[in-house]
Order: sequence, then C-alpha cells, then structure tokens
Amino acid sequence: MRIGVVTFPGSLDDGDAARAARIAGAEVVRLWHGDPDLHGVDGVVLPGGFSYGDALRCGAIARFAPVMETIIDAARGGLPVLGICNGFQILCEAHLLPGALTRNQHLHFRNRDQWLRVEAAGTAWTNRFTAGQEILIPVKNGEGCFVADEKTLDALEAEGRIVARYIRGNPNGSQRDIAGITNEAGNVVGIMPHPEHAVEALTGPSLDGLGFFTSVLQALAGASADGQRAGGQQ
Amino acid sequence: MARVVVDVMLKPEILDPQGQAVAKALPRLGVTDVSSVRIGRRIEIDFAGEPDLDRAREIADKLLANPVIEDFEVRIVEAAAAEVA
Repeated sequence: MRIGVVTFPGSLDDGDAARAARIAGAEVVRLWHGDPDLHGVDGVVLPGGFSYGDALRCGAIARFAPVMETIIDAARGGLPVLGICNGFQILCEAHLLPGALTRNQHLHFRNRDQWLRVEAAGTAWTNRFTAGQEILIPVKNGEGCFVADEKTLDALEAEGRIVARYIRGNPNGSQRDIAGITNEAGNVVGIMPHPEHAVEALTGPSLDGLGFFTSVLQALAGASADGQRAGGQQ
Repeated sequence: MARVVVDVMLKPEILDPQGQAVAKALPRLGVTDVSSVRIGRRIEIDFAGEPDLDRAREIADKLLANPVIEDFEVRIVEAAAAEVA
C-alpha cells in the first residue's frame, strides 16, 4: 500500500509522518505541494507544521496548493486522508471537515503528552482501535481550539463523527473536548494531537499513534479484497 | 489607484481570546471604562483598473475570511485619503 505524505513550505512533521507510515508497513511516497500528481497513492497524510508560515490563517493558503486541488477531489471520491494538526486545519479550510481551529483559549502554545478517548473506531484511520479506548499521544499547537456552531456539533455527536476527545484535561479549549473528527464517509479524518510522534518507544510516550497508520492499511486491504471478490464474480 | 478595503472580524459568537487579553491589559494603562475588545484584520486590495467590489467580495469569501468563524465587509476607499491616513 502506498501512502503519500505531503510537504508544504513550512511543514515540520512530514518526516515523522512518513516514518510512522513506514513503520506501520506502508510504502511511503513523498508528495510536493506544487505537484498536483498524487503518484498513484492509496492514502494521503497532511502533516503538522506551519504551512506557508500560517499566513492569513492556519491552512488558508495551503488549501489552494496544486496538490490540494487533487486531494480535495480524491477525498470526495473516497481516498483516505488524514490531517494531523496543521493538516487538520487545512482539511477544515478546504471544507472537507466542518468547523475551524482557532487560537488556544489560554493563548499559550501547548506542548505535552495528552490522553485521548477514541470514539469513532470505524473510520479508515481508526479501525484498529476500539471505541472508548484511551490513548496517549503528544499534543503541540497554538491554534488547536476546535469551534463549530451548536448545530454542527450536535450533528457530529449524533452521527458518531467525533474521532477522539481530550480526557484528563482539555489543552486548548476545544468545544466539547473535541480532538479529532471525521467526514460522513469516514475516509477523511482530522486530529489535532500527533499520532506520528507516538510510534516508537525511544521517542514517544507510547506506541498508541501507530494505530492510525495500521488502520488505513487495514482499510485499504479490506477495500482491495472486496474489489477482488467483486472482480471474481464478474 | 483603485483600493478596496476588506475588514474581517470574528463572528460575535466566536470567543476572541486575543481581544480578551488586550481588554485585561487595559487597566494597567489606567483605562477602566472599556467593557470589551475584539480584534479583526484589515486588508487593502489595490486593483490595477477600476475597483471591483464583487471581485473583492469573492476574494474575501474564498480566501481572506473563513465564513465558518468570520464575517467580512468590503468598501472602496479613495486612494488619496488612504495615503494621508
């Protein structure tokens, strides 16, 4: 399975995201913001960082990068896309996910290990978790406060689209402790904390982050098997 | 020069922690009669030809403002007046 990791000017965590996908067993393809070609990847990670220097708003310029035009179309067609931190901000700016990420309520950049409770365990990026599972991965953001209108928040809850919530402390004031959400189809996931920093004992607080990357491989293997079965019946 | 000014503000229901921080700092200046501060962004767009408000609105809606959390207003300003200001 080929997982693409996009590098924008100002991306920081593209290297770690690529490494995490590789450790999970993926063949990693590095994608460049200026190249609209996805080079045949089966899934895409939008990494953390400060794309285009956070000019205007976090993710606002990246959303119009040539590679994003292709990714937006492909995501609407079912391509698994995971946005981490700045990647989550880009997905919201691209309207692939509802809501917006705003300045942390306390105005401080927050960098620490953070407990989350996984809720939507059926997405392309979380199927290796169980609903209710508690995981520990690093959070590091200055603009991670998730906001949306009440109607949108209620819909996210009702439709089971909250991927993870902060527990044992909300690091940025996010409404309803939301750390990550998914689209209706479950192929697009945005998460503020950084699973790619929790994949190795040497550098991470846990190995919990690896589940996001093994999940997409599982989802793709399932889709591929379905395709083969469908093909065999023809 | 044809200048359009776009003012972008957080929607009233969106918390503005920067504005709150400024408001909390005002008593240190001896200012005690301010009840609220909200911080927005002013963007000046210079058109090569005639100022085009519809075009400016399109730019604001697609890029300059995030309609999920922000409102915007566009207006034409006299370049000369803007220079003086």
